[in-house]
Amino acid sequence: MNVPTSYVLILSAVLFILGVLGVLVRRNAIVMFMSIELMLNAANLAFIGFARANQNLSGQVFVFFVIAVAAAEVAVGLALIVAIFRTKHSIDVDQISSLKG
Amino acid sequence: MTIDLLLFLGLALVAYLAAVGMVASRNAVYSALFLVLNFMAVAVIFLLLGAAFIAMVQVTVYAGAIMVLFLFVIMLLGSAREASSTRATWQAPVAITLGLALVAEFGIILFGGGTSLASRPAGLTAEFGSPRAVGQLLFDRYLVPFEVTSILLLAAMVGAIVLTRDLKKKEPQ
Repeated sequence: MNVPTSYVLILSAVLFILGVLGVLVRRNAIVMFMSIELMLNAANLAFIGFARANQNLSGQVFVFFVIAVAAAEVAVGLALIVAIFRTKHSIDVDQISSLKG
Repeated sequence: MTIDLLLFLGLALVAYLAAVGMVASRNAVYSALFLVLNFMAVAVIFLLLGAAFIAMVQVTVYAGAIMVLFLFVIMLLGSAREASSTRATWQAPVAITLGLALVAEFGIILFGGGTSLASRPAGLTAEFGSPRAVGQLLFDRYLVPFEVTSILLLAAMVGAIVLTRDLKKKEPQ
């Protein structure tokens, strides 16, 4: 177990930044959504790294909860995307500019 | 340089390249598959970091269930290819500038001193991160959050069904 925690945090930060870039650059709603999953995963990685550094299992339990919440979020989010696609026939977020359905 | 560190660096490279591929590929199906690769690499990193149970949860729930759901929706909507029509040209430079600002902030936090994590010893017992240990903590100290999670999942399920219900087919009572 010789992986320094700082390496784990650097990888977590890099993955989080890539997720942020994905949300900012891409216009496909599904790819943006996947980028959010990437960010959640990067946060999980930081949790696991700190759990090991502090010898505390609570971090791992939190990752468990984050994964459960992510599953719920994906179900609702994809349902929303399907509902938007039904009315607008597009999931390009630049096309979805009016609040009226 | 130990075998653990070599493994970690290799997996980190795979995770990084998969994330870049996910953001960069034009086809949403390729994006989803790159994300699966990223989740798999991160799951093995979890194993390396002494989180065996979480690694398995990551593979089954994230790489399995969630990504299958993503692929289903991509193929259901037939929106794999991105229409490169009305893109605002200032968006990409601004996004990259903001990303670089975030890189700088993380760099200051991680390398600017104040963190003494690299020197901390990390000798772990075999029991650390096992299903038994995580389960004991989950059902003892975190029992109430666990039950709240079940309510959240139920709400999400009901919400997904209500949102995707076809309104035209609703029977008049």
